[in-house]
Amino acid sequence: MAERMLVGCGAGYSGDRVDAPIAVVRDLRASGEPAAIIFETLGERTLALGQLRRRENMATGHEPKLRALLAPVLGDCIASGISIIGNFGAANPPAAGEIIAGLAREAGVSLRLGIVTGDDMLDAEGLEVLRACCADLAADKALVSANVYLGAAPIVEALHNGAQVVVTGRVADPSLTLAPLMHAFGWAEDDWPRLGQGTMAGHLLECGAQVTGGYFADPGFKDVPAPDLIGYPIAAVARDGLFMIGKAMGGGVVDRRTVTEQLLYEVHDPAAYLTPDVTADISAASLSELGSNWVQVDGVTGHARPEKLKVTVCYDGGWLAEGEISYLGPNATARAQLAADIVRRRSPRGLRIRCDLIGVMSVLADDAGEAWARLNEVPDNEDVRLRVAFAGPDKAEVERGLQEVEALYCAGPAGGGGIRLALRPRIAATSCFVPRSAVKPKVEMVEVRGA
Amino acid sequence: MPELPLHALAHARAGDKGDRLNISLIAYAPELYPLLVEQVSESAAASVLAHRRPSAVSRYELPKLHALNFVFDGVLDGGVTQALNLDSHGKTLSFALLGLRVQVPDELMKFARGATRKR
Repeated sequence: MAERMLVGCGAGYSGDRVDAPIAVVRDLRASGEPAAIIFETLGERTLALGQLRRRENMATGHEPKLRALLAPVLGDCIASGISIIGNFGAANPPAAGEIIAGLAREAGVSLRLGIVTGDDMLDAEGLEVLRACCADLAADKALVSANVYLGAAPIVEALHNGAQVVVTGRVADPSLTLAPLMHAFGWAEDDWPRLGQGTMAGHLLECGAQVTGGYFADPGFKDVPAPDLIGYPIAAVARDGLFMIGKAMGGGVVDRRTVTEQLLYEVHDPAAYLTPDVTADISAASLSELGSNWVQVDGVTGHARPEKLKVTVCYDGGWLAEGEISYLGPNATARAQLAADIVRRRSPRGLRIRCDLIGVMSVLADDAGEAWARLNEVPDNEDVRLRVAFAGPDKAEVERGLQEVEALYCAGPAGGGGIRLALRPRIAATSCFVPRSAVKPKVEMVEVRGA
Repeated sequence: MPELPLHALAHARAGDKGDRLNISLIAYAPELYPLLVEQVSESAAASVLAHRRPSAVSRYELPKLHALNFVFDGVLDGGVTQALNLDSHGKTLSFALLGLRVQVPDELMKFARGATRKR
């Protein structure tokens, strides 16, 4: 049995760089060690957007970039025994499975696919549970999605059944990483210290470049080598749970600064980071830089998992509109403020309205960017862009507000230009907690034969 | 005693969950950590977001990481699904905290960054 395993991250969110997995897989292969690669592509609302696409077309609802992310690396992963685990199934894991099967056939690769479902609570049984557990549940017709956060267990089951690729919908992000570790090392479901360590390794991986120099650069204070070519993270985890974080070749940096920022990212009480698998505890964590962009993480542990599971419920959130217009030169701010006042007076009552004044240099500048050389010479508050945001339940009302921004061209203050208007539906979200007994994850295995 | 923005002494990252925001504050050097503990209290951190009217602010100390973790409740105008803010996640607010000014004893000035840098 392996004493160490590598887990790389190929995507940290739905909008991530699609070429990132290539370097990660190359380095995992070169290591010759047991390895997995995870893809985390689900934000709080991403799944609801997938659900809306699925309503339009039953073959969609999965991560839209799935093909782009996997096509370049699928064959290499299968050939090298690198497990692929992703929540790119989003609102439709079986449809994502179809796409992966198609990619495998195109590449002449045979593989065994594990498809995890059971997170979707929008069936009759699930709704009954939600009505009992969620105090402020929206009316059924307004519900867009309700997905419970599954843990590592169904992924471990799929891997145990020989899955080389595991597709999930809503699963707690760190569980994507914890599962292959539990599978490889045989960690028990109540080995809390080990599960805490694997979970925090997953936490550090799950946002991709955010631990390797992405979301980090602050010129002159925190500089990052080749931020346009950042190598995505790879964790090396030992059987006893001790782990270190490194990265694929390329730009970026892994040091105690990047790892500390990501260790605390979206953490509230550091002694109680809750997932379906464990209550992870980083209150006594410490870091040591090992050189060559490797940082060891010590002192992480875990305690018993929470009794209940979290459900994110998304519902129709009405409409959001945004309109913008620029003013330049002397008295620009006063004209922008007057424009805001006019829009407020003329917009339908009851709409939520917010006005912002934006600007360093935009409409004064030139296409070639020559003006940036003279940034310091531009007086403050003389290249001002008014942004007006409207929100409300009724599309026509929100559009009427937006129309008042458009009318500023001819009827507003002097010298306004560069109007842009945008209108989009909004997803609202809330969360509630349900008993574990009400959640039944399902694992389906699919054999794909390459041509 | 010289006064500097936290930006010269520490770095930070913000994250959101619903209407709750956390901001980590990490000293560039371990020697600066006691200064953060002493001067960046819950109320000092809350003052940065006073106009957002936080309903609660908690601070967690992580001495081994020479970091503090602040949790602000109710500062995101309802969070990503409701706020009208351009940055509905509050992701940029880490740098609002880094604008907070603190007193730096002379003996710690050697750990400050960009203190002599011109803007």
